[in-house]
Amino acid sequence: MLSRTADHLYWMARYMERAENTARMLDVNHRMSMMPQSPTQQEQTWAATLRIMGLESEFHDRYREIGSDNALEFMSFDESSPSSIRNCLKAARENAHAVRGTLTAELWETINGTWLKMRDFSRDEFMDVGVSNFFEWVKYRSHLARGVTLGTMLQDESLHFIGIGTFLERADNTARILDVKYQILLPAGEVEGGATDYHQWSALLRSVAAFEVYRRVYRDVITPERVAELLLLRVDMPRSLARCMREVYANLQRVRNAHSSETERMAGELESQLRFARVDDIVKSGLHSYTMRLLDRIHLLGNRIADDFLVPLA
Amino acid sequence: MNTNCFYNEMVDGEQGVRPHYASYAEWLNGMPEEKLAQKRAEADELFHRHGITFAVYGEDAGVERLIPFDIVPRIIPAAEWQTLAAGLCQRVRALNLFIRDVYHEQDILRAGKIPSEQVLDNAQYRKVMQGVDVARDIYAHIAGVDIVRAGEGEYYVLEDNLRVPSGVSYMLENRKMMMRLFPRLFARYKVAPVDRYPDMLYNMLKSVAPTGVVDPTVVVMTPGALNSAYFEHAFLARQMGVELVEGQDMFVKDEQVYMRTTQGPQRVDVIYRRVDDDFLDPTAFRPDSVLGVAGLLDAYRAGRVTVTNAVGSGVADDKSVYPYVPEMIRFYLGEEPILHNVPTHLCRKADDLAYVLAHLPELVVKEVHGSGGYGMLVGPTATKEQVERFRKVLEAHPERYIAQPTLALSACPTFVEAGVAPRHIDLRPFVLSGEDVQLVAGGLTRVALREGSLVVNSSQGGGTKDTWVLEA
Repeated sequence: MLSRTADHLYWMARYMERAENTARMLDVNHRMSMMPQSPTQQEQTWAATLRIMGLESEFHDRYREIGSDNALEFMSFDESSPSSIRNCLKAARENAHAVRGTLTAELWETINGTWLKMRDFSRDEFMDVGVSNFFEWVKYRSHLARGVTLGTMLQDESLHFIGIGTFLERADNTARILDVKYQILLPAGEVEGGATDYHQWSALLRSVAAFEVYRRVYRDVITPERVAELLLLRVDMPRSLARCMREVYANLQRVRNAHSSETERMAGELESQLRFARVDDIVKSGLHSYTMRLLDRIHLLGNRIADDFLVPLA
Repeated sequence: MNTNCFYNEMVDGEQGVRPHYASYAEWLNGMPEEKLAQKRAEADELFHRHGITFAVYGEDAGVERLIPFDIVPRIIPAAEWQTLAAGLCQRVRALNLFIRDVYHEQDILRAGKIPSEQVLDNAQYRKVMQGVDVARDIYAHIAGVDIVRAGEGEYYVLEDNLRVPSGVSYMLENRKMMMRLFPRLFARYKVAPVDRYPDMLYNMLKSVAPTGVVDPTVVVMTPGALNSAYFEHAFLARQMGVELVEGQDMFVKDEQVYMRTTQGPQRVDVIYRRVDDDFLDPTAFRPDSVLGVAGLLDAYRAGRVTVTNAVGSGVADDKSVYPYVPEMIRFYLGEEPILHNVPTHLCRKADDLAYVLAHLPELVVKEVHGSGGYGMLVGPTATKEQVERFRKVLEAHPERYIAQPTLALSACPTFVEAGVAPRHIDLRPFVLSGEDVQLVAGGLTRVALREGSLVVNSSQGGGTKDTWVLEA
């Protein structure tokens, strides 16, 4: 397969996944903003979200206040922000367009159709139909794209690069979602157990479709450690870091070439560390610094994958 | 010739509906207009969703548009097609012999059949191709010959597109669309299938691989996603199951072409390029080209890779060489041309120019190197100011133009705002040359949607129709 083709497939998958996860993160913030909390708390939530997405300065260039509406609009619709849902769907579509010869007609139609609908979405419509409906729609389109991918694409290299893109992005996004909540909910390491906290943690779980999963797995009250364990270390949880890295590693093994052994080793190392890590140790040494190190390693891995297989990043 | 007395494909003024349209006309009569409108809307929606679009240059650059699809088919009876097909194969055979000749012995020039300077000083004549042998001596592997009908059995060739003719994807997609929208019509007619085209194309491309290459690697080379015909490039690559490459995906090492893959470099043997000569190789042609591959021409000249269509094929489809094609057929094949040429005035000749200037309002004037319906004058439909403006341009650079009588292009019923009404059409069949010369029974019918308009180009608001060649 052409390196450029693999590159487009990989980024198509990453952007689609990023759109979905951004929708998830915004949705949970939006839900939380409807719970009783002080304006400061709300501002903190959005500030932390913008920070973890690396969008703080861009946001402040455009808006004076951090209010809920501004932040939602910025991260959903902004045409100048590379990470807005709108631009993720656009980038997914542009990458798909560049390799439509490789995609099945049905997959291309799905991704193209998603973008056409997104393009025609007006901000008023967004506020009107309810932002949650919009996020539902984004998630649904992402599910659809994934289903069509699995249901129609030949199980060859193209599918493996789509897999690498999807799971590397999801690993990154899950780590960020967890981190931002941890920072807000557990300032300076104190552990609380109030009702607000319960809602906040359950909202976080819902944002990654893990609320029922949590109940099934733990059959117990929600505690921050278990949430962290679920999202970081449970291999059977489809959005956890451990699961994502297992998929990345498996797909890398399938596409290996003459100079990719070091990349494969790094992915395997990360995968096995997540597999054997204990949540107590992570919490003790500080979850924030742990997720930051994870994000760094995921980023490095992405760069190496680009160098070995794709179009090297400039 | 007068556009008011054009040939109607469906109806004969005296006899009523022509026999090959009878069954269709009967079906159409029983079809309420709302139903047709609904079918057309359905087609538009499907084309959009499938992304069967083209990009427009100039105004609104980067915007993707649909080529309007008309739901009324253009029907060609079997006997007429047989003549057409024989004429097309004959013509393309002669054109290939001509291109080979002008880059080798130049017999036709020495025999005085075509003025030498007309060929050798032509901007499309590539000196770098002199003495270069190409696989099977084929140059114009894919020809998209534009044909118009002026009367009963009277087909004229308008242009031989031998560089990177496009439109074949619409031939295929239009058929799929018609079968989807009107399955019952296909029970009424035995329509020759066209879906074999990608297979034929792939086999042809493999058959012209460099000598000695077993199991050649074929690629389609595109300028990229912003090109107006990108949809087609991707479509053909997918249909053939080959890679769609851009210049940046390939490199040349030791006169061998490779593409960059996830498993390392892979050798490329046949390049079906949809990039113009000028942009193919920045070291040989335009140095500012970012679409090409440095060193490609050297590899090509060394016979290590096949490029289709061949570099330098454009010399044979140039509008100033066009008038000599019938002569080529006689010279190389010893046959009489089956298809007519449109009488053509070369404005570079003083006599011709004088005639053209005196008859501007009746003529169609085209740029010698132009294509896509840009920079042309259609005398009968132009305003006085347009004619006068064009006169000045023509007087300043006569060598850049040719002129032809305005042909009474035939018209075919077309579903427009006012219901079903006749609109002018042309036809572009696609002729493939490899081991032999062949074509699928069909082509792309383009239709000028504006009433009275004779310009069918999609860049000028033309649409397309499905073309039905009936089986005998």
